[in-house]
Amino acid sequence: MATIEKHSPATPSGAHHYLNHGKGLWSWLTTLDHKRIGVMYLFTVLTFFLVGGLLAIAIRIELFTPGRTIMDADTYNRVFTLHGAIMVFLVIIPAIPASLGNFILPMMLGAKDVAFPRLNLASYYIYITGAVVALTSLLFGGVDTGWTFYTPYSATAGIGVVYVLCGAFIAGFSSILTGLNFIVTIHKLRAEGQHWDRLPLFCWALYATSIIQVLATPVLAITLILLVFERLTHIGIFDASLGGDPILFQHFFWFYSHPAVYIMILPAMGVISEVIPVFSRKPIFGYKAIAWSSFGIALLAFLVWGHHLFVSGQSELANFIFSLLTIFVAVPTGIKVFSWVATLYKGSIHFKVPMLYALGFLELFTIGGLTGVFLAIVSINVHLTDTYFVIAHFHYVMVGGALMAFTGGIHYWYPKITGRLYDEASGVWAFIFVIVGFNLTFFPQFIVGAQGMPRRYWNYLPEFTTLNQLSTLGSFLLLAGFVWTAFYLWRGLKHGPLAGDNPWNSLTLEWQTPSPPPHDNFAIDPIVTDWPYAYRAENEK
Amino acid sequence: MFISNVHASGFQSSAVETSATLPLQGTQIAAQWDQLYLFLVGLSAFFFVLVVGGMIYLAFRYRKSHSPRATYITHHHGLEALWTAIPTVLLVGIFIWGWSVYTKMIQAPGDAMEVRVVARKWNWQFQYSDGRVTLGELFVPVDKPVKLIMSSEDVIHSMFIPNFRLKQDVVPGMYTTIWFEPTITGKHQIFCTEYCGTGHSEMLAKVIVLTDEQWKTWWMGKKISATIPFAGIGGIAMPQVQASASGGAVKLSGLALEGKALFQTKTCTTCHSDDGSPKIGPSLKGVFGHKVELADGTSVQADENYLRESIENPTAKIVKGFQPIMPTFKGMMSETEMNAVISYIKSLK
Repeated sequence: MATIEKHSPATPSGAHHYLNHGKGLWSWLTTLDHKRIGVMYLFTVLTFFLVGGLLAIAIRIELFTPGRTIMDADTYNRVFTLHGAIMVFLVIIPAIPASLGNFILPMMLGAKDVAFPRLNLASYYIYITGAVVALTSLLFGGVDTGWTFYTPYSATAGIGVVYVLCGAFIAGFSSILTGLNFIVTIHKLRAEGQHWDRLPLFCWALYATSIIQVLATPVLAITLILLVFERLTHIGIFDASLGGDPILFQHFFWFYSHPAVYIMILPAMGVISEVIPVFSRKPIFGYKAIAWSSFGIALLAFLVWGHHLFVSGQSELANFIFSLLTIFVAVPTGIKVFSWVATLYKGSIHFKVPMLYALGFLELFTIGGLTGVFLAIVSINVHLTDTYFVIAHFHYVMVGGALMAFTGGIHYWYPKITGRLYDEASGVWAFIFVIVGFNLTFFPQFIVGAQGMPRRYWNYLPEFTTLNQLSTLGSFLLLAGFVWTAFYLWRGLKHGPLAGDNPWNSLTLEWQTPSPPPHDNFAIDPIVTDWPYAYRAENEK
Repeated sequence: MFISNVHASGFQSSAVETSATLPLQGTQIAAQWDQLYLFLVGLSAFFFVLVVGGMIYLAFRYRKSHSPRATYITHHHGLEALWTAIPTVLLVGIFIWGWSVYTKMIQAPGDAMEVRVVARKWNWQFQYSDGRVTLGELFVPVDKPVKLIMSSEDVIHSMFIPNFRLKQDVVPGMYTTIWFEPTITGKHQIFCTEYCGTGHSEMLAKVIVLTDEQWKTWWMGKKISATIPFAGIGGIAMPQVQASASGGAVKLSGLALEGKALFQTKTCTTCHSDDGSPKIGPSLKGVFGHKVELADGTSVQADENYLRESIENPTAKIVKGFQPIMPTFKGMMSETEMNAVISYIKSLK
């Protein structure tokens, strides 16, 4: 590696590309280039990921012992609320669609940009505005409601909650507009010859995601605004003492926030569907089943919100219907998982870092998915809900699923975005830290949850100590893995060897142009003559 | 104090099988819950080995050095049908099993002893039919069904008893219920599992399951001499986090009698009789548990939540033949008083 490094010219490819198309900060802040907007999203999301991650470490340190370790209960309640709100609204929801999706989607379609470049830039600033408004709450003593803002607690908590609600409301529009932009882009800007059955699965996944973003996010906006009105004018929608119904808030909230779970995981599934065939040198197994199962999941997403309310006091009939519908989520999800594993059969597996993350995703997501079946069954849910079992379950899905795929995706498209390669050996070692650290952090939480430890507990019974300490230990390994990753990815920007246009020999369109790509993506409009997974012998170099 | 507050050493009935990863089985239903849970653990382990084991095997078997050329395979309809159909059938089976356990969890026997629970930041209060009130300790007899009728004075709380595999949110403005029939004497942990602010993780209580003899003694209002061991979680003894608040102050009148007094002082008697004769409003005799015809032609089953709604929001459901003129009593009665009045109305058979 070092010898190649010496011969690296100052700029990759030495040519005109999107990174040197305009100079200076202003050219970035006013850019309409989807690639630059994607990169800005990427850096912003990673910044918030750092903040949310440090808050997670603070939580784990506090839970190292029962009672007070480093902070009091009120501080702890603010820390876990901020951790949840940042990770959900500012990191995982925009992570893959807004950063990697923005950069890659138009290129996968052979397009010069998204359908509405100005709207795309506006989305970014709306997102930033939402984030700033939400964080303003810190000036007013922070927020201690949990990211779920359940009434009537949130209707009586400190004024800071109004800022977080308004922030999430504003950031929601960014999500809606990005979804709209992607839907139109996929419909109108596909290259000549790129029929629907030649669309890469990452695009299919983003399409399904965008539909949820456009349809579900307005419901969140309505809910949050109602809650703000409730607080400011006491109109009594959710507050029982004013004649409102507190459980109504939970229905509204989860009508968005359950689909939001699929906003987080579907793009991750899209990344995995791209990475596995490339590093198996083989077509994805069951292309149509994977594409359609994304829509199966998107449809079910709207019909299962009530499974968050099994012990809330909703009717038994509602519990029956929501439980029955929820178990069927496992069917399209299972189809995807089985298809990914089957893709490995008779492949030629290259154990590169993106592939390691894809395999890691499969391990973690399988655990996350299987434990989801436990929680879908009402009787089992009664004991496990609101315990650490649920915490473990959704971290396996959200972090083990969405963030693993995001990290894998960053590695996979790193050469495309930067034109350089990161240090492969560092990548492998950091991956080992991440996967071991993750399992050590979250697996003990299944056990401590089944034993009865409730979530959002600052203090806990002494018998839960050992498992909590294992979990805290794991979080340090996880932190080490991510810090190492940040380090070698940063270093690679300047010192990494040149990647060449297509270091992974991928067949999707974004790789059929120089890396980093020129401002207009393609010198000549590409014409698609085959599907994107045609890893036939004659196509192999 | 009726119960000496000792830290018991490991209390575990030899008749009960406990799993290391689950709490003690404090009821028959807990045992049924565990069967299904452990089945799911086994099934998940099988699928985990199938998927992740298969993945690891295939990835190494076909690694680049052993398999330099991949085979061109795109799909296989039979295989895809199989991994759609088999999980579907399995999932429906699990759902049916799970639902059958749930129906047992929610159907309280008609003869269950009723205890009213009031949750507030940050303690649990229990009201018994004889009017006595305990804080932080729920006294119940062993092997007898007990039904908890719960409401909250402020925000949403949740009653969680791990040893009974039971959890139910406690919501302001409405009643929710759970029931259990404890099979093991001793103290069983209660947690609050709906986030409720600063003291959330200290909002603890105990179910104290007494033997028949101890129960009779306690119910007669006498002090129990024996010490109650702590059943703990998973059969492991642990120190109590919260000092027990009170063993229960005996009041002379029953809860329904208390309600009768409130019925007078809150001026309910101006409009409602207790003998079946209509006044300005309908008589409340024989209302509970029966169908009530409403002015809009529909009818409603008079349960706890109907009575509560009629007190707090009287114009929501107007009884046929009466005018919507009753004022609201929302905010004019504490949860404890509300429970007493409703107990009184229930007693008017």
